[in-house]
Amino acid sequence: MRTIAEIENEIIDDFALFDTWEEKYQYIIEIGQKLKPLAAEFKTDDNKIKGCQSSVWLTASENNGIIEFSADSDSVFVKGEIALLMEVLSNQSLEAIVNAELGFIDQIGLRSHMAQTRANGLAAMIKQMKLYAVGFQHKNV
Amino acid sequence: MELTSVKSTFDVTAIRKDFPVLSEMPYGKPLVYFDNAATSQKPQVVIDALVNYYMHYNANVHRGVHFLSQKASDAFDAVREKVRGFVNASTEREIIFVRGTTEGVNLVAATYGRKNIQQGDTILVSAMEHHSNIVPWQMLCEEKGARLNVIPMNENGELVLDSLEALLNDNCKFVAVSHTANSLGTINPIKEIIAKAHSKNIPVLVDGAQAVAHDEVDVQDLDCDFFVFSAHKMLGPTGIGAIYGKVSLLEEMPPYHGGGEMIKSVSFKGTTWNEVPYKFEAGTPNIADVIAMGAAIDYWNSFDRAAAHQQEIDLLNYCTSQLADIPSVRIIGTAKNKAAVISFIVDKANAMDVGMFLDTKGIAVRTGQHCAEPVMDWFGIPGTIRASFMFYNTIEEVDYFIEQLKKAIQLLAV
Repeated sequence: MRTIAEIENEIIDDFALFDTWEEKYQYIIEIGQKLKPLAAEFKTDDNKIKGCQSSVWLTASENNGIIEFSADSDSVFVKGEIALLMEVLSNQSLEAIVNAELGFIDQIGLRSHMAQTRANGLAAMIKQMKLYAVGFQHKNV
Repeated sequence: MELTSVKSTFDVTAIRKDFPVLSEMPYGKPLVYFDNAATSQKPQVVIDALVNYYMHYNANVHRGVHFLSQKASDAFDAVREKVRGFVNASTEREIIFVRGTTEGVNLVAATYGRKNIQQGDTILVSAMEHHSNIVPWQMLCEEKGARLNVIPMNENGELVLDSLEALLNDNCKFVAVSHTANSLGTINPIKEIIAKAHSKNIPVLVDGAQAVAHDEVDVQDLDCDFFVFSAHKMLGPTGIGAIYGKVSLLEEMPPYHGGGEMIKSVSFKGTTWNEVPYKFEAGTPNIADVIAMGAAIDYWNSFDRAAAHQQEIDLLNYCTSQLADIPSVRIIGTAKNKAAVISFIVDKANAMDVGMFLDTKGIAVRTGQHCAEPVMDWFGIPGTIRASFMFYNTIEEVDYFIEQLKKAIQLLAV
């Protein structure tokens, strides 16, 4: 199994191919458009992280200490972000998720193009993913 | 005929040279700045006024006996008269400097409001207010046990005045309404609203944040009791704005903040207040920005405002007609009387995604709720894309914007 750091490095390498913000944007949109939509039954208020500019639905299930995340958004760009986060954090141990620093977000230059509201939305998604991991840790004690 | 001759006096190519930021190249592409309702760009003369003050005569005002302080005081004091002229107040005693529209509304709520609003009273706002003209009144209502009422709007984003008579009942003690709605561009019939409120002796505050840069404002003609606005939306610097208030009301209002400048005499037994407007201006004022606001007003007075206004109307009409030709675009806010603001949504595409796409092409628009969540809720939409124009924008920029918007739709609305 690849570690979080290894996956992050692969993503950083992928983004190194792009010179401009325009190319990065289009790539993230492409990733977002490929994200499997969340079943309607999971698009509940309980699963919703509401932001000023877009809404995100996030849910997770756990099996033998491994989390599987599922998520959706009304924004394709946000779906792209979620897909990147899920690539990094899915199938990782609960402890690794809780401790993940996710430096790749800054390294691929994502945050520098974001309005504060969007950056807050990204932070809220990461926090929610980590909260799921913490919750499952307690459940398994 | 008259319009054509006015138009010919307005040279947009020449006027763009006055605004250094317009030649910026974000991501190597020419900047297309369509976020003027959020803040306007600044002409060189405004930037120079700031720099000159700090470089050549930075000093505190109304205190020193020295050369610099006198020079700064003279420059500062002259602006109150310029602002008076800009909104046609009857005396400069009616002009209070504040940080901006938001502080202006808060000041009136905290002084006039606290003194005059009682339990059981109602305050009337409109359905299309910016949060700044809702929340200070809600806070006052909560403190006093008063209630907020709302003038409704229709599907075009126009206020429905049928119910106004009933809303201006005996309980209603204050009206706060925007001149021009930031999220929709609607220009409200505030003169009519003011007249109706005054027929019942109810005072009216006008949120003029969006109006001052686009329409010539005459507070005496409007007969409003308070008019608040920000310099940064009218080519001036951030952090400064003004309240116009009728002097008879200002005199009976308690002060806002306590401190220097706002007092006549201080002892440990008690303090007496300075005269209006100084009673409301505690502490060292924002000298540099006041002086630069004055430079912005001088700039406005240096060209043909009617021609500049016509340029904005041309941009609004042209862009509206171009957007109407795109089937997946729906314009939100189709009032008959509109400022150069176009809010719209795209079927199957999130507003922020579209805004970010346009950003990659050097185009600056605003997306989201525009600090007007109740307006978005009314239309049942999460947010809009908003293009807002200033006289320095061009038809060519609109063409480029439409071309890139079509590309965004092709990519996103699938």
